[in-house]
Amino acid sequence: MASTAIVEQPNKNLWGGGVSPLKASYGKLMMWFFLLSDAFTFSGLLITYGLLRYSHQAYEGAVANFVPSQEYWPIPEKIFDAFPFLHGISLPLAFVGLMTFILILSSVTMVLAVEAGHRMDKEGVMKWMLWTIVGGLAFLGCQAWEWSHFISGSGKEGWGIDLTGNGVIDFVGANLAMNEYGPPLFADLFFFITGFHGTHVLSGVVLNVLIFYQASTGTFERRGHYEMVEKVGLYWHFVDLVWVFVFTFFYLI
Amino acid sequence: MTLLEETSRVKAAPADKSKIMKLWKIAGFLLLVTLIEFAFAFGLPEHWKWMKISIFVGLTFVKAFYIIAEFMHLKHETKVLIWSIAIPMIFVVWFVIALIYEGGAIQDAR
Repeated sequence: MASTAIVEQPNKNLWGGGVSPLKASYGKLMMWFFLLSDAFTFSGLLITYGLLRYSHQAYEGAVANFVPSQEYWPIPEKIFDAFPFLHGISLPLAFVGLMTFILILSSVTMVLAVEAGHRMDKEGVMKWMLWTIVGGLAFLGCQAWEWSHFISGSGKEGWGIDLTGNGVIDFVGANLAMNEYGPPLFADLFFFITGFHGTHVLSGVVLNVLIFYQASTGTFERRGHYEMVEKVGLYWHFVDLVWVFVFTFFYLI
Repeated sequence: MTLLEETSRVKAAPADKSKIMKLWKIAGFLLLVTLIEFAFAFGLPEHWKWMKISIFVGLTFVKAFYIIAEFMHLKHETKVLIWSIAIPMIFVVWFVIALIYEGGAIQDAR
């Protein structure tokens, strides 16, 4: 006698639960949509930079003869040309280039951590997360130096503001009300855009430290997957992505 | 051997060398594009202003594509997910056009 096996059909109803519609988990999907909204915020800031720069007078003369003035928008490569320990030497954008280099490298180490997570390789995840944290901290250190240099002033001959009109420079450096580099809005946008990005890097480093800690105590191993590394990885790559745009629109153009 | 020792050690799968090489290659490519940007910034004559700006914007999108597609893995997700991230960016394109135009108008009014 042939026996009849009754196979129960799994619930195929899309709305019945247990199905990931976009073949991505809830957490990853929500991270994507958060990043989309964050992309709008950064677009808003960078487009504001474009609007305000375009609404100001552009510098017309030769780049080599550039001297800052309140009358026109400065040339970024003439403003950001300092490098730590190399005082007085003009190295246009070299320090920003180094920061870009650091952030791209820390992005690679992050993908390598995600890749190790896929293989359930706890040591690999820990090693690459640690390098990512080191990269993030190095970037923040660079930014702290750049901010302090920007605020305290370039120290260049004749750069500064003559407040009283007597031919003597009374103010150097930058704050939110005035700066020696150009119109007040130039420094405001510098503080806002690089500051908002730096805050993102800082929160990314905090998240990375948390993930490193959880990986080292075996939380993900017990859970059976390292998806949390992927989610934080998405955020970290986004921070790198934003820097690529800040680098072009704030420093290069 | 106690039970704890047996269960707490999950065996890691062997690494796929070609996959890791590919990731390093993408990183190398991103750094190369950044160096090319530097070369254009200081190598091209000053009066090629708009030419330089368009090159920089173009190369920025090349870099952005590789970060999003490969590092963030979006290229390998489902089509619906790719489009639901990409299509809303149309608003940013509109925003750029509208506000840069506005910036020119503000300068004319000054």
